[in-house]
Amino acid sequence: MSYQIPKFRHPELPKNQLGYTKADYEGSISTLCAGCGHDSISGAIIKAVHELSIEPHKIAKLSGIGCSSKSPTYFLGKSHGFNSVHGRMPSVVTGAAMANRDLLYLGVSGDGDTASIGLGQYGHVARRNLNMVYIVMNNGCYGLTKGQDSATADEGSVSKKGEANPFSAIDLPAIALQIGATFVARSFSGDKEQLVPLIKAAISHRGFALIDVVSPCVTFNNTPGSTKSYDYTREHMEATGTVDFVPMHEEITTKYDPGKTRDVTMHDGSVIRLKKVDDSFDPFDRLSAITALEKSRESGQILTGLLYMDKHSRDLHEALQTSRTPLNQMSEHELCPGSKVLEQINQSLR
Amino acid sequence: MNASVAPISAVNDFVIKFANVNGTGSASANNLFAKALFRMGLPVSPKNIFPSNIQGLPTWYEVRVSEKGYLGRRGGVDIMLSVNPQSMADDIREVEPGGYFIYDNTKALDLRLHRADITFIGIPLTAICNEQYKDPRQRQLFKNVIYVGALAALLDMDFKVLSGLVSDQFKGKEKLILPNIAALELGHQYAKEHFNCPISIRVETRDAVGDSILLDGNTALGLGAVYGGATVAAWYPITPSTSVVDAFDKYAKRMRINAGTGEHNYAIVQAEDELAAIGMVIGASWNGARAFTATSGPGISLMSEFLGLAYFAEIPTVLIDVQRAGPSTGMPTRTQQSDVLSAAYASHGDTKQVLLFPSSPAECFEFAADCFDLAERLQTPIILMTDLDLGMNDNMSPPLKWDDNRAYDRGKVLSEEDLDAMERFGRYLDVDGDAICYRTYPGTHPTKGAFFTRGTSRDEYAIYTEKGEEYEKNMLRLMRKWETIKEYVPEPILVPASQPTDLGVIFYGTSESSTLEALDYLADEGVNIDGMRVRSFPFNDDVEAFIEQHDRVFVVEQNRDAQLRTLLMAEFEFGPDKLKSVLCFDGTPISARNIRKQIKQQLPGSNVTPFQRRFRRAQGGAA
Repeated sequence: MSYQIPKFRHPELPKNQLGYTKADYEGSISTLCAGCGHDSISGAIIKAVHELSIEPHKIAKLSGIGCSSKSPTYFLGKSHGFNSVHGRMPSVVTGAAMANRDLLYLGVSGDGDTASIGLGQYGHVARRNLNMVYIVMNNGCYGLTKGQDSATADEGSVSKKGEANPFSAIDLPAIALQIGATFVARSFSGDKEQLVPLIKAAISHRGFALIDVVSPCVTFNNTPGSTKSYDYTREHMEATGTVDFVPMHEEITTKYDPGKTRDVTMHDGSVIRLKKVDDSFDPFDRLSAITALEKSRESGQILTGLLYMDKHSRDLHEALQTSRTPLNQMSEHELCPGSKVLEQINQSLR
Repeated sequence: MNASVAPISAVNDFVIKFANVNGTGSASANNLFAKALFRMGLPVSPKNIFPSNIQGLPTWYEVRVSEKGYLGRRGGVDIMLSVNPQSMADDIREVEPGGYFIYDNTKALDLRLHRADITFIGIPLTAICNEQYKDPRQRQLFKNVIYVGALAALLDMDFKVLSGLVSDQFKGKEKLILPNIAALELGHQYAKEHFNCPISIRVETRDAVGDSILLDGNTALGLGAVYGGATVAAWYPITPSTSVVDAFDKYAKRMRINAGTGEHNYAIVQAEDELAAIGMVIGASWNGARAFTATSGPGISLMSEFLGLAYFAEIPTVLIDVQRAGPSTGMPTRTQQSDVLSAAYASHGDTKQVLLFPSSPAECFEFAADCFDLAERLQTPIILMTDLDLGMNDNMSPPLKWDDNRAYDRGKVLSEEDLDAMERFGRYLDVDGDAICYRTYPGTHPTKGAFFTRGTSRDEYAIYTEKGEEYEKNMLRLMRKWETIKEYVPEPILVPASQPTDLGVIFYGTSESSTLEALDYLADEGVNIDGMRVRSFPFNDDVEAFIEQHDRVFVVEQNRDAQLRTLLMAEFEFGPDKLKSVLCFDGTPISARNIRKQIKQQLPGSNVTPFQRRFRRAQGGAA
């Protein structure tokens, strides 16, 4: 069942440039377990789009099946949503994005939905560089069916069932990098400071933007032996650096140490300011990102932050040369060649 | 030329079959032959019979010429043109007594294959080519053209029509015109010099085709999608449906690219599989674009889960199924109508899908364009059921027609103004009483009209609920919508017998021409049967009335399990004894002779047991 949040709000809630408060970006009350990492991610999404002043109805949120895929009900209640079939969200977003290039497409998925049943579609949507934000709420287990290991569970990780997972984990950012994704990041549901600017940067990126978010399952996979628990993630998180996001319409005012920061202008004019912790890592070099991921895997760390971004990304619409006017706004006048042309075709077939 | 049986004597009424090796360029020469007859004003129905292979295996091209306009397969071959030693023994056996076997006699015929009751005509095609051309590729290609030239003499075709056709076909590649005409002349001259031309089977120019066109169904579908306003096509390659999207691509490139900006008013995405293809169509349609995919049987199986979602979430979806012989890979290059049941009830749970059955390229074009109106009006998947025979063969067809005053029916979609004027939007509220609800596209209104689309049950306001009564209410509304759908889908076409009769026959799709021809033969023998061509599922009430009005109704289909008959029994609750099956499932199009034979076996008073029951008895089971 869905339960609506009471309408009453404090009258002095801060408004964004469009005059919307954060409440305008909320959804129904979450029915996920208390303390679920997914709810924090929903909160980060709400904060990011509110601060970016995006009109709620210009966002379409789509998901597959699972706990993660239920979460779009709990944010952006004024946006159209689509809870599709298991592992197939990417294809539905692809079609939707072909129909109307003017909306923001927010895909929400989980580790079962993406790394198992949906691994094929995940790879192909990344490869086509569809202009979308793809958030994986990654808890290493199947929640709705009561805690089975998923394909992102680390080898040796022990969930509530008490058995160590014998298989190696699928690293979604590593696959995305290999397959040609143009924006790859990882974060943690418990680190809003990092997650919110990453979501903003992903929204500004033109092309496929993956954020793999470690999001502990409090009910089935928050045990001492799990590598996707709150404690384990906090202890083993290692960031590539920090990301500050400056929207297009704001001036950059804060001063940073120029040796350690780098400003990158996004396609929509926004700027992301990256502060690196390690000079050997370059987020604009795919090889560097792949190496960093492999190194962190070896050392048992969870590498977070912006891992890779292609500043010259060309999205699927560019590749297909689709018209600037969204295809769903065209009528018979633009689309139908008419009877005279048809008569010529008939003539050629006689 | 000598034969123990009198040679078949026919003017404008015969079947000729070409036995070739695939990958040798024979298709275009054979096509040239068929099209030339068509231009001489003769109804033709060429059919490719080809292997699932790129190069080297036997392939056949059967052309029926019928001044009376019978376009289905007749059965039997009067003239075999053989250039493939691999299949020669079988090809010789297939010729009707009194028929002709025309072959390449560069290598002498194996005398063991000789038949006294047919006429052998040997033309040294390879020798002529080897003498005439140096390039091996030319030797290969022109061999085909040379035999067309020889046929022109043997059958008394109008040579000017042939050479005119060559000029038309190579427009833009003028260099190729003269060598091709020279090759035609070479064959023509050889036949004139060595045989008594024409032979006893020949053609005469007529005006029996009117303004008809010669076109394959898949091309008509692709063109229909362009005219119907499709902007998104998502697909995965599969025989025999691939050429549908190829045709859409071809015509869209010609008619949908802005000459000034180079922008495309369409998007074609080659998906990673059929699951993704239908997912993309559903996503695009949900977002207000007209989208479609094309596939064949295995694709329908893969798309089934999504089809359940589209049915339940009520998302317009256009799907073209060009059927082939299954199950599994079955015979991917052979025709069948064997996806009827799996498409009609595609998906888990209680689902019913709308099917359309076109039977000509003109109807493919019409239905393809109509599909988008129907899908958006009815907010449900529309599955256009064609098959390899219609899809990949050139079929003689009435010309394609378009009414320039036609506006697309975009169905019940609310605009920003509509939403402003209403209190509360309910996605699944039956406002008009026809069980079709209003929908909104994403991005329409800042505060109203947004809803959550899901495959999970929900109430009339699209709010998630697991209450049994809400679920049931929704499922009952979908049943009422099924009744509304009957008012929109194409109605059946009645073909009454010339005299009142208790016998009826139901047929659909590519069984049309052969069935109508069989009905003519039967009427000549005094057996009158009313015909009805079903064009859609759900069945219109007229179908029920037709069955009720007749004591015995034959159902003609190209599958083993009598799938449409099962649908008729399931939907109308008729007993199995009333509906008699006429079936063909060997992968070739059903022939008129076959239909006539099976109907005669099952006429009242006949003691021949129907195939299904006979089979069970033979297996020792209950009758």
